[in-house]
Amino acid sequence: MSRAFSREWLLSDAPASRAQAAWGRRYQGWVAFRRNPLALGGLVVAPAMLALALAAPLLATHDPGTQILGQRLQPPSAEHWLGTDELGRDIWSRILYGGRITLGMVVAVVVLVAPVGLLVGAAAGYAGGTLDRLLMRVTDVFLAFPRLILALAFVAAMKPGIGSAVAAIALTAWPPYARLARAEALGIRSADFVAAARMTGASPLRIVLRHVAPVCVPSLIVRVTLDMSSIILTAAGLGFLGLGAQPPLPEWGTMIATGRRFILEQWWVPVIPGMAIFLASLAFNLLGDGLRDVLDPKQR
Amino acid sequence: MNGEALAEIRNLRVDFPTPTGWLHAVRGVSFTIGREKLAIVGESGSGKSVTGRALMRLLPRRARIGADTLRFGGTDVLTAPDRAMRRLRGARMGLILQDPKFSLNPVMPAGRQIAEAWRAHKGGSRAEAKDAAMTLLEQVLIRDPRRVFDAYPHELSGGMGQRVMIAMMLAPGPDLLIADEPTSALDATVQTEILRLIDRLVSERGMGLLLISHDLPLVSRFCDRVAVMYAGRVMEELPARDLASATHPYTRGLLRCLPRLAERQERLPVLRRDPAWLADDAR
Amino acid sequence: MIVVQDLDVRFGPVHAVQQVSFAVAAGESFGLVGESGSGKSTVLRALAGLARDWTGRMMLDGQVLGPRRDRAFFRDVQMVFQDPYGSLHPRQTVDHMLSEPLAVHGIADADARIRRALDEVALPAAVRFRFAHQLSGGQRQRIAIARALIAGPRVLLLDEPTSALDVSVQAEVLNLLADLRRERGLTYLLVSHNLAVVAHLCGGVAVMRNGRILETLTDAELRAGRVAHPYTAELLALSRDLEG
Repeated sequence: MSRAFSREWLLSDAPASRAQAAWGRRYQGWVAFRRNPLALGGLVVAPAMLALALAAPLLATHDPGTQILGQRLQPPSAEHWLGTDELGRDIWSRILYGGRITLGMVVAVVVLVAPVGLLVGAAAGYAGGTLDRLLMRVTDVFLAFPRLILALAFVAAMKPGIGSAVAAIALTAWPPYARLARAEALGIRSADFVAAARMTGASPLRIVLRHVAPVCVPSLIVRVTLDMSSIILTAAGLGFLGLGAQPPLPEWGTMIATGRRFILEQWWVPVIPGMAIFLASLAFNLLGDGLRDVLDPKQR
Repeated sequence: MNGEALAEIRNLRVDFPTPTGWLHAVRGVSFTIGREKLAIVGESGSGKSVTGRALMRLLPRRARIGADTLRFGGTDVLTAPDRAMRRLRGARMGLILQDPKFSLNPVMPAGRQIAEAWRAHKGGSRAEAKDAAMTLLEQVLIRDPRRVFDAYPHELSGGMGQRVMIAMMLAPGPDLLIADEPTSALDATVQTEILRLIDRLVSERGMGLLLISHDLPLVSRFCDRVAVMYAGRVMEELPARDLASATHPYTRGLLRCLPRLAERQERLPVLRRDPAWLADDAR
Repeated sequence: MIVVQDLDVRFGPVHAVQQVSFAVAAGESFGLVGESGSGKSTVLRALAGLARDWTGRMMLDGQVLGPRRDRAFFRDVQMVFQDPYGSLHPRQTVDHMLSEPLAVHGIADADARIRRALDEVALPAAVRFRFAHQLSGGQRQRIAIARALIAGPRVLLLDEPTSALDVSVQAEVLNLLADLRRERGLTYLLVSHNLAVVAHLCGGVAVMRNGRILETLTDAELRAGRVAHPYTAELLALSRDLEG
């Protein structure tokens, strides 16, 4: 009997429990994944950024809101690792805390949006007929809104802020997941294993949740990871337009907005938050690409 | 076998990389084929399809191919440059696959695909190609060549799709036809028709036929010789008419385990796989 | 056990099954044989409640079947599908697939039942936590049979259960099916395009073509060649021809 989680245990062709089988499958996915150096880069950087954001209170050197007007627009130095902005606030600390906001918004959106999209799409694809048409028309309605316009509408209706930004992004981000899940569900709807599931006498809800949805999950995971980068950009964009996090909150997009007039001389003020956005976006993109190669059912 | 060999294979080995090591799909297969009909019969995993594709060098890049000899005509398939292989494929070697739904271009009318195949290898104008395609459609016994010429593959039945496939592969006038399970997706009545058609066309044109199949009784009726493969090796090679008196236990086992209409059987004899068949013996 | 009278099934404009009638007694094994497009699989699916647009009368053990099937029906009637690659869930282990019917019907003691089910289809315990893609075609079909039998049905609908299998594996699976029927007193309705397979496993045979039953005969009559319809004779000749 091999030791749990050893390579032998993971690659065993006679797993002794569902857990072992699942871990074995994940391990094989990992082996396939790590062949792709760019994807590995994404896998390192993306969680690292999330970790940095979470550990902001521990890693920040200064309080992000403290203004020291005597030290405005200082270049990066030993005391201020990434320099100071136009109000003398430490940029490194603001980047860290800003990561909490930007990445936090992204995670909030994804957590809201992916399960809803998955369920709606899986149910629509499996059920077909009237329910499918109804759900897809609802999806179409939300697809019709460009994110920024909807955000403006929200701002008009509510206060501008993180909450309304998250709501605006979430409302426009879920339809593609529903479509994706629906496409997958349509593909397997007439498969024999679904017919076999129906023949256990299971209720349609059980079939959608336990049999159809799991098949949709891999492509949704890939889409989510790839989308993270565009949600980051949208959140930052909203911040830049003044519709998301409001100053003095250190959201990356807002930082670019308030700092952009210094781009020629004190370039670090807008550029560093921009690089943070770029890095996070790229990392999630590469991670998503790598995941797609691994989770693509055709290659399994 | 009469005349010169079209293809000669000695000790062919094909391996595929897997996460847990190399998979030895073909382990030392040897045969020659001239202008005759040779069947390679085996179950799934026997390596029969891989063998056929190795001859055309149509295996994925990651496959490792080795052989003492792997020749087609004057070309050494193992070392030939890609351009030389491209000249061979189609022009001198044709390949018919199992399901015309997947091997025909779904967005191009059938007749045009045949015409393109003809034109790619013989040159000539579109009109000439169209004429040639119509002639080929008649040769594969399609009753309404006009209609089939303009039809899309999904509008054709399985049998007609295969006829189109055959016409397409015969258009350049190859010397050898490799047919990989050409009738497995077809109904019983259509299977015999298609095989008869292939049989006749191959004979008329003096071509060689390499028929790959899992159906031992079926191919034995249409081929001169049969090579039975198991686990990447040829277990037995014999003239088709001598199949009933096959000596290798695997061949005999395969024949015996088929349900028979002639008499009632309580239990079907089960093939007992002797590990000795997998042993590395000198061939 | 199974009575079908004047069954008509349509798929949109296609009239797949026309006026089909037959009966299968309890414990008997009955075969529907025909080529693709004959409607034989459609009859099976209509019985299983997987077809929507049908008219006629279908009865199971004296009960008339309505437009929908309930859980109790699926306790009694199960199906084994043709394609071993498509009938198993790609992301569930064998254990999970076998426990589903038990969970839905609320049958306890899943662990012991699953082990017993694997045993009955002659599969080693080692396959219990494998995924479908880690199993051979023959193994998958055995799992499909185990899944069909695990809740203790009385009727098995078999849709070309061995067509996609190698010949040697087919022999093993046919033997298994015959053994299981004898041991459990099951009723089989088998669909196949292979006359020899149907004659081997079934006592009665209906020959179908273009949605209709051309004739119904016993396997003895089929073997003896006492057939009425020329199409049956043609199929018989083809099969005999290949037998040599």
